[in-house]
Amino acid sequence: MSIFNFHKNSFKHGIHPPESKDETKGLPIRQFPFAPVIILPMAQHIGAPSQIVVREGQEVHRGQLLAKAGGYVSVPMHAPVSGVVRKIGNVPTISGQMTTGIYLEAFPFSTQEVLEGTPVDPDTATPEEILQGIQDAGIVGLGGAAFPTHVKLKVPEGKTCETLIINGVECEPYLTTDHRVMLEQEADIFMGIKYLLKVTGAKEAVIGIEANKKDAAEHLRKHLPPDLPISVKVLPVKYPQGAEKMLVTAILGKEVPSKKLPIEVGAVVVNVATTAEIGRLLPHGRGIQERVITISGPGVKKKGNYLIPVGTPLRFVLEHIGVDEAITEVYMGGPMMGVAVSNLDIPIVKGTSGILVFTRKEVELNVKTYPCIKCGACVDACPLMLNPSQMGILAKSEAYDEMVTDFNLMDCFECGSCTYVCPSHIPLVQYFRLAKRQVRKREAAEKEAAAKQEADKKEKLNA
Amino acid sequence: MLKKTLHISSSPHITKGRSTDQIMKNVVWALLPVAGFSVWSFGWNALLVIATATLASVLTEHVLCRLSKKETTVNDYSAVITGLLLGLTLPPTFPLWMAFIGGVVGIALGKYIFGGLGYNVFNPALVARAFLQAAFPVAITTWHPALLDDRFTTIASSVFTWPFMAPQYDVISGATPLAAFKFDGVVTPTMELAFGQISGSTGETCAVIIILGGLYLIARGMMSWRIPAAVLLSAFLLSGALYMINSEVYPSPVFMLFSGGLMLGAVYMATDMVSSPITPAGLWVYGAIIGILTIVIRVWGGLSEGVMYAILLANAISPHIDRVIKNRVYGTNRKMKVA
Repeated sequence: MSIFNFHKNSFKHGIHPPESKDETKGLPIRQFPFAPVIILPMAQHIGAPSQIVVREGQEVHRGQLLAKAGGYVSVPMHAPVSGVVRKIGNVPTISGQMTTGIYLEAFPFSTQEVLEGTPVDPDTATPEEILQGIQDAGIVGLGGAAFPTHVKLKVPEGKTCETLIINGVECEPYLTTDHRVMLEQEADIFMGIKYLLKVTGAKEAVIGIEANKKDAAEHLRKHLPPDLPISVKVLPVKYPQGAEKMLVTAILGKEVPSKKLPIEVGAVVVNVATTAEIGRLLPHGRGIQERVITISGPGVKKKGNYLIPVGTPLRFVLEHIGVDEAITEVYMGGPMMGVAVSNLDIPIVKGTSGILVFTRKEVELNVKTYPCIKCGACVDACPLMLNPSQMGILAKSEAYDEMVTDFNLMDCFECGSCTYVCPSHIPLVQYFRLAKRQVRKREAAEKEAAAKQEADKKEKLNA
Repeated sequence: MLKKTLHISSSPHITKGRSTDQIMKNVVWALLPVAGFSVWSFGWNALLVIATATLASVLTEHVLCRLSKKETTVNDYSAVITGLLLGLTLPPTFPLWMAFIGGVVGIALGKYIFGGLGYNVFNPALVARAFLQAAFPVAITTWHPALLDDRFTTIASSVFTWPFMAPQYDVISGATPLAAFKFDGVVTPTMELAFGQISGSTGETCAVIIILGGLYLIARGMMSWRIPAAVLLSAFLLSGALYMINSEVYPSPVFMLFSGGLMLGAVYMATDMVSSPITPAGLWVYGAIIGILTIVIRVWGGLSEGVMYAILLANAISPHIDRVIKNRVYGTNRKMKVA
């Protein structure tokens, strides 16, 4: 809280890491070749895994349904390539755990034409039909969270959505996928917004774009369809503005209450690439087979923005684009929130927005940590106005309960701003991530114990 | 085929690249010109005093770490700062054995017993200074004139006083501008204050160099600009108000800002991150307390200088400032908790 407020049109606090986008932001999206074998984990979104509907040895056509949604909070999966289902079994994932999935062998000489499905007409379809269409297309948040979009779009009873916010912020350094999508796929974006306005019942749509993508904002403004209530808002560059809550505050000037969703303040936020995907797929009734990914970082030879089939193994991607000899760390996502990869045999998933390769030069091994000197940098960086400094001390002594009740630990969305600024190199957000996991684990255990007690009681009564 | 063992780490994978030891080192760099000017104006005496205090601090830190079987923390440079700052607040002909004790006390009692770097409640250099003020009231208020001709040829006999002996002074002591004003009503011209042609503690005399060092640290994002701003602004406003009421009795606000240790204290002592509040608004309050207390002590107290006690008091209040002035947590009505 400063006595001077320089944060007009944005949220408070936040950080300004180097943008590192110059090398890829001018490069048009290019189609990536098909890998000989595609690996499709069934759990690549938040929620229940998809249920496989094909059998081993079956020939499938590109765009064909491979797995149906495993429940309401789940989406189906479509074949990213024409080929044959070679194996159904365990596939490696980024978490290090194996999970059920499909190995799909591509037909090398197929035309790779995509199957046409049942179209969803934006003018005649009901909101329910559109929601169903979005789920059927296998659409999840492409910004990185991979939360099923149809669940997010369902406005709860008693709430109304006033504003549809399209997230074109892309505040992570290096990433330029949304930037390119906005420059190249404006028709798809506007078509997507048309569907989304109908689903949410919002009166208007606002596309939020940071000032380092003025060309994208100009481009969209120039092509705005006259019949849709869409506006483009340019925001000052600041991380983590692409976080849902921060973006709502930047655009509406309202805060999303703790533990609540943006709908509390009448907003629904959808990523711009997700919007484009909806606008592109629904008129054809197709499902997601590929996505735009920025491949960048100091260790990459052919940097760029590529349209890559979902399920392409990381190794195939890196071998194709060429990497530096001194390759040391590979991340999926941006450098602030992306996950380091331990195994190159994992596939690209729907939520992969970027692949970054850092070499020995950029990766600092054996970082020396110092005691907290109470410089207040983390307090000044935290977009949620939490106290990372104090929480770090508590986390070290595993005082998780106090962190939850007194310090709003569970509000933390792990943007990493605190760790980024800490001069003592204290792994603050890493502590919080661990603390949150422990708290969730304990809550789950408590719930289970309570359920068991209940069951025991019933058994006794019955006996 | 790409075959490589990958390193893994938890995000974020980039950092601002400004570490605690770098901050400390830069404070040392910024203090060196201050010490250099001090040597230029007070000669070898100042060099000996500053060097002794610094050596004592670093040595104490190292020995204490060894005694408690920990890796030495000397290389984080914070002990160097404590020693330098202590040396810069002592009179130029201060006995070396007293300066040495000061250095030991600053680190041992000012920092180490609290748990070392990051845990000290008070600025260690000022703890040492306050200890010396209480233990050796005469020696610490015996000043030496600046720019003497023989400053690079002779060393004052008081400097080499035997341990536990009272020093003998061979030069007629020169009153500091503050003492001259308080006890004799003499006002020193501002230009002399700004460029350090005055007597005083070794490092407090040249306001310009102190300000330049502070600006360097602020520009590099290694010092809060709010603290010096709040200290100087509040001191200026209060002394200005007094001056407006009666310019015969009270000195001008400009004199107040540029005399004594206020500038050194505001820029280098009050800004110790560990012993100052954590929120920007808290820093303003903290700074204002220091500025006001300094003027109050100077004008109504028995001492001619009040910066040291003002900062120490504000250090003590600092955790309470954090408890009162907090950020409101996003999306709640609740204030950020400070334990």
